[in-house]
Amino acid sequence: MKVPVTITVNGTPHHAEVEPRRLLCHWLRDDLGLTGTHIGCDTSQCGACTVLLDGQAVKSCTVLAVQADGCEVTTIEGLARDDRLHPLQEGFWERHGLQCGFCTPGMILCAVDLLRQHPQPTEEQIRHGLEGVLCRCTGYQNIIAAVQYAAERLQPATPQKVG
Amino acid sequence: MAITRMIGASVKRREDPRLITGQGLYTDDVRLTDMLYMAVVRSPYAHAELKRVDPRPALQLPGVVAAFTGEDIPIDVPTAAVLNPQTPPPRHPVLARGRVRHVGEAVAIVLAEDRYVARDAAELVEVEYEPLPAVTSVQAALAPGAPRIHDDYPDNVYLRMPRAAGDYAAAAQQAAKLVKLNVVHQRINSAPMEPRSCVAQWHKGDETLTVWSTTQIPHTLRDLLSTLLGIPSSRLRVVAPDVGGGFGAKLNLYPEEVLVPWAARRLGRPVKWTETRSECMLTLIHGRGQVNELEAAVTADGRILGLKVRILADLGAYLQLNSALIPVLTVNMLVGPYDIPNVDCELVEVFTNLTPTDAHRGAGRPEATHQLERLIERIAAELGLDSAEVRRRNFVPPDKFPYTSAVGGVYDSGNYRAALDKALALVDYPALREEQRRLREQGRYLGIGIASYVELTGVGPSRAFHGPFWESAVLRVDPDGTVTLISGAPSQGQGHETSFAQIVAETLGVPFENVRVQMGDTDKGVPGVGTFSSRAMPVAAAAVVQAAEKVREKAVQIGAALLEAAPEDCELVNGQVRVKGQPEGKAVAWEAIARAAYTMIGMPPEITPGLEATVFFDPPNMTYPFGTHVAVVEVDPDTGEVQLRKFVGVDDAGRIINPMLAEGQLHGGICQGIGQALYEELVYDDSGQLRTASFMDYAIPNITHVPRYDLDHTETPARTNPLGAKGIGEAGTIGSTPAVVNAVLDALAPLGVTHLDMPLKPERIWRAVAAARAAQRPAENK
Repeated sequence: MKVPVTITVNGTPHHAEVEPRRLLCHWLRDDLGLTGTHIGCDTSQCGACTVLLDGQAVKSCTVLAVQADGCEVTTIEGLARDDRLHPLQEGFWERHGLQCGFCTPGMILCAVDLLRQHPQPTEEQIRHGLEGVLCRCTGYQNIIAAVQYAAERLQPATPQKVG
Repeated sequence: MAITRMIGASVKRREDPRLITGQGLYTDDVRLTDMLYMAVVRSPYAHAELKRVDPRPALQLPGVVAAFTGEDIPIDVPTAAVLNPQTPPPRHPVLARGRVRHVGEAVAIVLAEDRYVARDAAELVEVEYEPLPAVTSVQAALAPGAPRIHDDYPDNVYLRMPRAAGDYAAAAQQAAKLVKLNVVHQRINSAPMEPRSCVAQWHKGDETLTVWSTTQIPHTLRDLLSTLLGIPSSRLRVVAPDVGGGFGAKLNLYPEEVLVPWAARRLGRPVKWTETRSECMLTLIHGRGQVNELEAAVTADGRILGLKVRILADLGAYLQLNSALIPVLTVNMLVGPYDIPNVDCELVEVFTNLTPTDAHRGAGRPEATHQLERLIERIAAELGLDSAEVRRRNFVPPDKFPYTSAVGGVYDSGNYRAALDKALALVDYPALREEQRRLREQGRYLGIGIASYVELTGVGPSRAFHGPFWESAVLRVDPDGTVTLISGAPSQGQGHETSFAQIVAETLGVPFENVRVQMGDTDKGVPGVGTFSSRAMPVAAAAVVQAAEKVREKAVQIGAALLEAAPEDCELVNGQVRVKGQPEGKAVAWEAIARAAYTMIGMPPEITPGLEATVFFDPPNMTYPFGTHVAVVEVDPDTGEVQLRKFVGVDDAGRIINPMLAEGQLHGGICQGIGQALYEELVYDDSGQLRTASFMDYAIPNITHVPRYDLDHTETPARTNPLGAKGIGEAGTIGSTPAVVNAVLDALAPLGVTHLDMPLKPERIWRAVAAARAAQRPAENK
C-alpha cells in the first residue's frame, strides 16, 4: 500500500505516492532522478547520502521517504544558487577537497550544517562535525582546508567604520 | 593569473565542477527505460556441497521477471595470472555449480522490476547446502589432512616458487647475528566509497551490447566479456563513467560483470546491479593476506649480508584476475632500498575457503616494505644501533644506479639516503629522541617510527610480463584548433582529465581550457589497458606526451608550409609556428594551422589531411619511486590507545606534473596505510564467516583518526619514460603502515613489548603490555 506524501526538494514541492518502506535516498535517486545523493553503505556509517532535512544534515538512508512528508529537503543539486557555487563547493574545488567525488555531496552538505552551528569552526570542531562522513581518497586534510576556506568566505563582512 | 608552465603547476581540477554539484555520472546513476534490477543469492557457508537450488518460489513474487542458477549460465571467471603451468587454474563459475567455496559466493540471481522486489525475491530462492569442513587460514590449508578445496590441488597449494640469489647459507655462516621476525599482513578491504555496480543494455537491432561498470580496466573488461559472452569485441562497448575510487579492487573481472550483460541479452531488457556494502566486504577482492617468516644475517655493525624469507600467501577460494601475481611482487621487492646480495626465498601460494585476494593499493609491495622495515628495527634493537643509521649503512648508494637487485629488478634511479635525511630533518629527529627520553621519565610513551621504501610502478614491458602493459593515447586537433585527447587509462579520482590536459597544453602551447580529455569508454576509438600500479604518469601520460610531440611535429610542418619556409627552420612557440631565431618575425597562429590541416589550402603534396596522432607506449622497464615516512605516536599503556601526533613524509616520484594532485594521492595513501596499521582487519571465525562485513565492524579511518601530514619531496627523474615520472598512487600506502607500526613498537620498547600484529587495536596493545609486564615481574621480585 502506498502512502501520499508532499516533500519539497530544492524548493520544488513534489506530491508522490510511496511505499512506506522506501528510503528517502532511493526516492531521491530513483524516483526524482537526483543522483547526486550517493549511497555507500547499508548501515548509516559512511554519510555519502547526507542531505539537509529542514536545514539539518541527515543520512537519507536512515530516513524513510514518508518521514520526510511535509519537509524541505536540500540535495547537492540544490546547493548552488543561480549558477553560483556555494562557498563550500568553491572550497572543495579550490583546496582539492575531493578525488573520486563519491563522498563529496554528503561531505559538503554535512559541512553546511557544521558551519550553520559553528560559523568559524576550529580544526577540532571541523573534525568532530564531519566524523560521520567517510572518505577513502583524500585522507581528509584538504577537506579540512576546504571547510576553512568556506568559513572565511562566509564570514560576515567587517562593518566599515564611517569617519 | 595565467599559468605559463603547465607541467609542474597545481592546476585546479576540471572534473570538480560536475562532482561538487551532483552532476557526475557514476554507474548506479545510469537509468534506462524498462530497466530491471538484479539481486544475487549468496552462499552463507564457506564450504559446502550445493545439493539443490530452486528459484521457483522467487518467481511467484509479483514484479519478478526471471531467476537463474549456475546450471543456466555455464561460464567461468578467468584469471590472467596463470603462474602454474602444470595444472590448469581451478574453475571459478560465475554462479556456483556443485560446490561453494567461500561465504558470499554467488549461487543464483533474480531479476525484478524494482530494487526492493529483487532483494525480497533473492530471499525466496531455496538453496540446500551440505556443509563441508572449511579451511580458514593458510596454516590450516597446509596442515596434513586438511580439507581439499579444489580437486586438482590435493595439498591446497597453487604454486611453490623458490627465488634465490648469491649464497644465503654462506652469509648466515659469516654473520655475527641472525635476526628473526614473523609478520602477519592481515586481509583488508579496499573499501572504495562507491560500491561495485554494473548496468548493461542489449541493442537487439544491431546486436551490440553496452556495459557500464565500476571498473579500472574498461578495455580489458571488454575483451574478456567478448570471449565469455561470445560477442565480437567490435560489438561490445564498455564504459567506466565516473568511478568512486578503485584502489586495485576494481582492477578485476567479477562474476556480476558477466551476469548483468548475460541477463540483459537473455531478457532483452537493460539490467542494473549494485552491491550493498556487506556484499562489497564479502565479495570485493581482499588485499594483503600473507603470513611471512624472515631471517636476516647481519654483521655486528648492522650490515645485512643476506635475507631468508618464507611467504605464505592466502589466495582465497579462487584465482581472480591477478591473484597469483600479487605475492610475486612481494618477492620482487624483497630487498627494498637495501644492497643485500644474498637471498633465499620461498613463496607458497595457498587456497583457503575465504574471499579471493588480489590487488589492493600497493599490491605486494606494502608487504615487502612492511616486513623489511620491521626487520630493520629489530636488527637495530638487537645490535644496539640507531635504526636510521642501520638504514644508511645498507642503502643502495646513489652511484650504483641503475641497480640490479638480488631478486631481479633493475632500479632505474634513486637517492635513498637523501630522502631519509630530509625526512629526519623535517621531523627534527634529535629533538624528538630528546623529547622521548624526557617523557619516558614522566612515564609517558612517545614512539618514533621510520620507514624507508622503494616500490615499483608502471609494470612492463608487455613482452616480459606476458600481457598488455602498454598504454595508448589518441590526440586530435579539430579544425577550430581545440584539442581532444583520448586515453586508455581512466581515472577513479586521480584527476587525469586535468593532469593529462596539462601535459598536452604545455607540449602544444595551447590554452589548457582548449584541451579536453576523454577516457573510460571503449567506443571512443582508442585502444587501452587501464589504470593500476601507479601507471598513469609513467605509462599512460608517457603515451600522451609522445602523441602531443607527434602532433607538434606535424603542426610545425603545416606552419612552415604556410610560412613558405623549411620545417627544420621552424618551431612551435606558445602555440604559434615561426622561423627559428626570429621572435619578431611572421608567425602562423595555431588556429590557422588547424584550419589548414583540414582545408588543405596551401598545403604541399607531402602533407596529408588531418592533425592527429595515435601512440602506444610500452615501458622499456619499470620505475622505482622511493621515500621515507616518519610517524610519531604516543601510546597510553593503560588503555592501549595510540595517538598519532605527527606524520612526516619525504617522497620521490620523479618529475611531478601537478603537485597538488600528487600531494592528494599521498594524503589518501597515507590515510589508508594508517588504516591498515591501526584499524582495519577482515576477521573470520573458524567456520569461515566474515565477522567484519559492514562499516559497523570494519573501521576505515574517519576524519578524527588521522593527523596532519607534513610532506616534502626530492626529485630524481625516472629513466624509463619520457616524462621522468615515477608515479605516486601507491607510495603513501606503502610507506605509512610500517612507519606507524614501528612508532608504536618504539613507544612500547621500554615496557618490553617487542612484537605486535596489525591492526594495533587498543585491546591488542593492552594485552601485549600486560603480558610484558607480567613477564618482567618475577625478575623484579628476585
